Amino acid sequence: MSAPVNLYTKLAAGVPEHLLLVETEDLRPYECDGLSAYRQVPLLVALPETIEQVQHVLRTCNELRVPVVARGAGTGLSGGALPLAEGVLLSLAKFNRVLDIDPVNRTARVQPGVRNLAISQAVSDLGLYYAPDPSSQIACTIGGNVAENAGGVHCLKYGLTVHNIQSIELVTMTGERLTIGSQALDSAGFDLLALLTGSEGLLGVIVEVTVKLLPKPQVAQVVMAAFDRVDTAGAAVGRIIAEGIIPGGLEMMDQGCIQAAEDYLHAGYPTGAAAILLCELDGTAEEVAEQMEQVQALLRDAGATELRVSRNEQERLLFWAGRKAAFPAVGRLSPDYYCMDGTIPRKELPRVLNGIEALSQEFGLRVLNVFHAGDGNLHPLILFDANREGQLHAAEELGGRILELCVEVGGAITGEHGVGMEKINQMCVQFRREEIVQFHALKAAFDPHGLLNPGKAVPTLNRCAEYGAMRVSRGELRFPELERF
Amino acid sequence: MHDQDLSAALAEAVVDAAAAGRRLRIEGGGSKAFYGRQAEGEPLAVGAHRGIVSYEPTELVLTARAGTPLADIDAALAAQGQMLGFEPPGFGPGATLGGTVACGFSGPRRPYAGSARDFVLGVRLLNGRGENLRFGGEVMKNVAGYDVSRLQVGALGCLGVLLDVSLKVLPRPQAELTLVQDVTLAGAAIERLNRWAGQPLPLSASAWDDGRLYLRLSGAGSAVRAAATSLGGEVLAEDAAAAYWQGLREHTHAFFAGDAPLWRFSVTPAAAPLDLPGATLIEWGGAQRWWRGEAEPAALFALARAAGGHASRFRGGDRGGEVFQPLAPALAALHTGLKASFDPRGVFNPGRLYAGL
Ligand SMILES: Cc1cc2nc3c(=O)[nH]c(=O)nc-3n(C[C@H](O)[C@H](O)[C@H](O)COP(=O)(O)OP(=O)(O)OC[C@H]3O[C@@H](n4cnc5c(N)ncnc54)[C@H](O)[C@@H]3O)c2cc1C
Repeated sequence: MSAPVNLYTKLAAGVPEHLLLVETEDLRPYECDGLSAYRQVPLLVALPETIEQVQHVLRTCNELRVPVVARGAGTGLSGGALPLAEGVLLSLAKFNRVLDIDPVNRTARVQPGVRNLAISQAVSDLGLYYAPDPSSQIACTIGGNVAENAGGVHCLKYGLTVHNIQSIELVTMTGERLTIGSQALDSAGFDLLALLTGSEGLLGVIVEVTVKLLPKPQVAQVVMAAFDRVDTAGAAVGRIIAEGIIPGGLEMMDQGCIQAAEDYLHAGYPTGAAAILLCELDGTAEEVAEQMEQVQALLRDAGATELRVSRNEQERLLFWAGRKAAFPAVGRLSPDYYCMDGTIPRKELPRVLNGIEALSQEFGLRVLNVFHAGDGNLHPLILFDANREGQLHAAEELGGRILELCVEVGGAITGEHGVGMEKINQMCVQFRREEIVQFHALKAAFDPHGLLNPGKAVPTLNRCAEYGAMRVSRGELRFPELERF
Repeated sequence: MHDQDLSAALAEAVVDAAAAGRRLRIEGGGSKAFYGRQAEGEPLAVGAHRGIVSYEPTELVLTARAGTPLADIDAALAAQGQMLGFEPPGFGPGATLGGTVACGFSGPRRPYAGSARDFVLGVRLLNGRGENLRFGGEVMKNVAGYDVSRLQVGALGCLGVLLDVSLKVLPRPQAELTLVQDVTLAGAAIERLNRWAGQPLPLSASAWDDGRLYLRLSGAGSAVRAAATSLGGEVLAEDAAAAYWQGLREHTHAFFAGDAPLWRFSVTPAAAPLDLPGATLIEWGGAQRWWRGEAEPAALFALARAAGGHASRFRGGDRGGEVFQPLAPALAALHTGLKASFDPRGVFNPGRLYAGL
């Protein structure tokens, strides 16, 4: 056991010893999240079962100035839940109960470790569901979703996590318990619920979440459209939106992804196409029928070479299965792949895809693209082999360059996976010095000693200075307007 | 007035004020001067910092300077068959985008489409050091850095001077129709509204006022017609319907006339009718309730808390006292800390939201 005796003894004064892990073999499962390229065994893992125990852990660590990293299911893709060697990993895994379902007000009060999909399952009999549906929804937790402001295929119409929660219970680093939000549609004072959503575990630990539930749509139907050019497919997306239709989901896959998904699942995707769009319409039966006619006409007019409309629920699910399994499908093509998460204004899609293609050539690594086309969120998948010298590093650098390209066209370095450890350098590209200073000041209002998830999400100014210097030394100052510090 | 970018001049004014220890009362069009506590300080006029900076209908994104009149934005959107999804009230012809966002006002569509903060994608603001900072952006999804943009919504300018705001906009519904039903008791209206909200109906506004329940349906024509048939009630003529929702949104409806303080209760949608003398007007599927009258604020705050929400004195009464529901001590301390992080010298709108903030 390597944890300092003092820390252990003080923690054990408020948390039963079987909930404190210190042996290396017990710590190992916590060494990384979904971004397994980064690994670190923590000093100690705490698995509290009550809010009082969470308060005790945080208060103790605050006193002893020991950093704390919160963890849900560890499916995060940006290294947000990566432990610190000298820190405590606080797992919320034991908080896995749905506490209360209120069918009349259409809310569910759940513990943070409840899995995303489990919420919809628990309320399904009431004709309700929880809308945000990340592809990881079988595994990821609602606490992690709030911390990342997770999105999903249906967010274009139904919003992100921030639009679908009503309140949270938060424990701050000083051990204080706060109710953020209310059981009404808004609350008094600053909108702290919005601020906490997506704060990546840097401002407080979420110990309870009240989510909003929506009535399940009567009908959903999906049309799959094939295109012989990616930019025509991109333009078709704009046409649908301009027509005043907000689809339930609107996804694009490029040729490489179509082929991979088809080989994997045989969903009947047209493998000859340069891109496909999957457009789902949902609502009342009348509405879906009316809009499906409109959308098909638009897609044909926009140059679709083939259209297929799901004829029943089974076929609808099959069309989606290929998209939802895009990651594992791509996983079969290559020993490793790296999933990026940039957002762009949709009209920039052709330029960005061309840019990605050029970078792919430059680095000699294949890149496939899946795209939440409706809301401009790209997921380029970089294929590499970690066992081959230098490829992991090249993949990371290529990924970083793609994100910088997103910023260049007016987009953002992350749409839903968070900054975590992974995109910390690109934060220096997205934000200027004063903005980063403001972020640090804001954090200090919650966590004066900087002990919650330090080193993640917001870079230090020094780090940005080093990154700036490194980029200059590479001999190509791509953002001359960027301040160097 | 013409479009112009006054960011630099405004930044200078903030730097000067901070250096001299002066305080600033941020003013847009003055249409919401009635709202909040009486702020201290000299006026800082931002109304002339105006103009739509970019608008891409197919991206569903609009960026405008804070002083841009709401009416200009509505007109630009209407020309493209689009609208602000949160249907904000203006409360007067001078209403600006910045004031609307700072107050965080949303109109009748709010419970069904989202609130002002739900549609904010990014802001540019001046902090208390006069630094011009940009947060969020013009894309639908962006989780880089803390969500400082949405934090500004409803902050009443206490954290900074809004310069530009980027918003997600929505297509106008293809069809719209308003139904009226006779429902004598508030409790029955609340029960119906919440039952229907749990069903996939194309509701876009609702109100119960003086024994009548008003329901607006929006969406594809076929969906609206089908829902109207299943819900039943008298169909209101198009102009009468538009006038009704407009009156409700802008508080020109007869209920809002008079001098007694106007209280807003934001509560759990299905909360039982509040125990208040006289008339209540219910909106937002039960979640927003209006009442006019004199009462001990503490009693009203307690009533709202018991109903799962909060109360605010929306208009009138003593603006030196608390206007908004008092915060729990730990939350209040956090507000003070956040304020200090943006505005360490307390330049902006002192006391407008809470005394001492
Ligand atoms: C195959 C796959 C597909 C994915 N698809 C999507 C997708 O479609 N959309 C999407 O948005 N994401 C997606 N993700 C990413 C990931 O699932 C989400 O980010 C998810 O929200 C993380 O939840 P988690 O419980 O696993 O959190 P973790 O990975 O454990 O933690 C994530 C972050 O949240 C913090 N955190 C966790 N719990 C708490 C808490 N209770 N209080 C405070 N902070 C906390 C952690 O410190 C960390 O910074 C995908 C991941 C995988 C592996």
